[in-house]
Amino acid sequence: MHLPIKLTACAVLALTTAATAQEVTVASWGGSYQAAQSEAMFKPTAKELGITVKEATLSGLADIRLQVRSGAVEWDVVDLGATDCAIGAREGLFEKLDYSVIDAKGIDDKMVNDHWIGVIYYSTVPAWNTKTVKAGPQSWADFWNVKDFPGDRSLRNRPQVMLEMALLADGVAPKDLYPLDVDRAFAKIEELKPNIATWWESGAQSVQLAKDGEVDMIAAWDGRLAAAIADKAAIDFTYNEGLLNADCLAVPKGAPNKELAMKAIAKFVSPEQQAMLTQHISYGPVNVRAFETGLIPEEAQSKINTFPANLEKQIVVDAEWWGENGNRMRERWDSMIQR
Amino acid sequence: MHDMTACQRGHTLNRQELAADERREKRQILGLSLPAAAIILVLLVIPVGWLFALSFVSNGEIGLANYTRMVEYSAYLSIFSTTILVSLFVTVLCIVLGYPVAYLLGQLPPRLATIGLAFVIVPFWTSILVRTYAWLVILQRQGIVNDALIGIGLIDEPLRLAHNLTGTIIGMTHVMLPFLVLPLYATVRNIDGDLMRAANNMGASPARAFRDVFLPLSMPGLIAGSLLVFILCLGFYVTPQILGGGRVIMVSMKIQQNVQTYFDWGAGSALGVVLLLIVFAIFYLVHRLAGLDRIFAR
Repeated sequence: MHLPIKLTACAVLALTTAATAQEVTVASWGGSYQAAQSEAMFKPTAKELGITVKEATLSGLADIRLQVRSGAVEWDVVDLGATDCAIGAREGLFEKLDYSVIDAKGIDDKMVNDHWIGVIYYSTVPAWNTKTVKAGPQSWADFWNVKDFPGDRSLRNRPQVMLEMALLADGVAPKDLYPLDVDRAFAKIEELKPNIATWWESGAQSVQLAKDGEVDMIAAWDGRLAAAIADKAAIDFTYNEGLLNADCLAVPKGAPNKELAMKAIAKFVSPEQQAMLTQHISYGPVNVRAFETGLIPEEAQSKINTFPANLEKQIVVDAEWWGENGNRMRERWDSMIQR
Repeated sequence: MHDMTACQRGHTLNRQELAADERREKRQILGLSLPAAAIILVLLVIPVGWLFALSFVSNGEIGLANYTRMVEYSAYLSIFSTTILVSLFVTVLCIVLGYPVAYLLGQLPPRLATIGLAFVIVPFWTSILVRTYAWLVILQRQGIVNDALIGIGLIDEPLRLAHNLTGTIIGMTHVMLPFLVLPLYATVRNIDGDLMRAANNMGASPARAFRDVFLPLSMPGLIAGSLLVFILCLGFYVTPQILGGGRVIMVSMKIQQNVQTYFDWGAGSALGVVLLLIVFAIFYLVHRLAGLDRIFAR
């Protein structure tokens, strides 16, 4: 009677120890983005390295701050907006990346940092519901113009990128954007506040709001919008004045499987997986060598946000400015929303 | 004579035995309530005390910074006033909607009342999250309510029912209603029907009998229910978060933000302490006006 139980207990124990030794947990943003990452990056990496890649979802830097500061780190690799990576690096929330394992060739220097590395480019663009809006806004000035473009708006409940947007709407030239004129930006946001029906919190929610016609116009992320449009949602968007920002990968300080995390990141930013990602979601690869792999069909290239014709319409967000000012802006933003 | 002393001795013996019995019983009861007391101490008193202590720590320094911030920034004032106003409004709505239900249930024969009560309790068994998302589907711009109203030509433009104060209050009222109906029903059920008949016999109109006899007798249940609803509302998080569209900020949401976004336990604790003080103040006020012992003794 006792022997089989003991044996199975032993087997289970052996299995779990083996699993924890060869396991890496990646936290990303859920929805169509993470589904794409899972297909193009997580599953192939698990196969190639012979490990288990466990997935989790996060809602931003705060989750990592909570885990690191309370000493209960569960995730080995996290996917964040580059602005958040810059903030987190300053706060000492990340491990140093091991560039003897990660090959950063083909990635813009600005996206290769001691503590984080870019993974994709995404763009925050003006989008609208095609059922309720006949002619959509073609610039942020249009988005702010409630007279000629009547309807409910939605912005993300974060200062990042929203301040840039407000300044562009107020007539600041893209080249003069940084350092941001913060007072002017907040004044412009206050101006639109009565027309903001919802401040969205998660990417999935933003698409839902646009798709259901809950709002007429929204500033949202291009890849998710494109995925919804491919799914026959009544949404359209433009790359005009889209704000191009990167998502980055980092390893939270005290991550349980640090070394394996470096190997996984090396795979995620490799030209092959970078190219494969674009087949699942139209986010731009940070590794330009992805275009040399022959894995991205010609007709698909024009849909990618870093494709030259799209790129020239957009403005690149300065992650370092946010690294320096992000926390201060967040406090001011919250008190503006809550007043 | 001999008999008397035996009897007396018997009495003393009896008294001693009874006293010993009583002591034993007291010890047993104390022993039985010890685990519960320990749980309350470990899970409630100690953590709340710890948070209370934390609320005086800001950036590693001991002081009142977490409390002075609430006075200095206008955002805090508006968060507290939103919280209290929303809670008051929801409580009033629950009374208006819940009183007739409890009254009706009280008049029904027991079997029907049980069925009616089941309708009040069933929503309790559904997750609050599910119910709140259901309201989002019902109330949103292209939701059931707006579609129906436009369909019958009552309105041309969809009403803004979700992602704002309206949606928050509708959702919260729905969640809170049973908390008012149940204690009220318990009180109403025990009101002697003969009292109303007596009032009628004395010539009181039904309205007068209700006002002067039924209503005062139902007061303890009504106050207990309202108090429960109001206090639960003060700490409400899920429904305003989902139905408020980021525009209705209640204290609980600010606490969550302080802890999660800024990792500032001190600031979050201070808000919690103020909320707790508000609850105590309300209890005290109700006690002075109505007598808590009377309300909860029933």
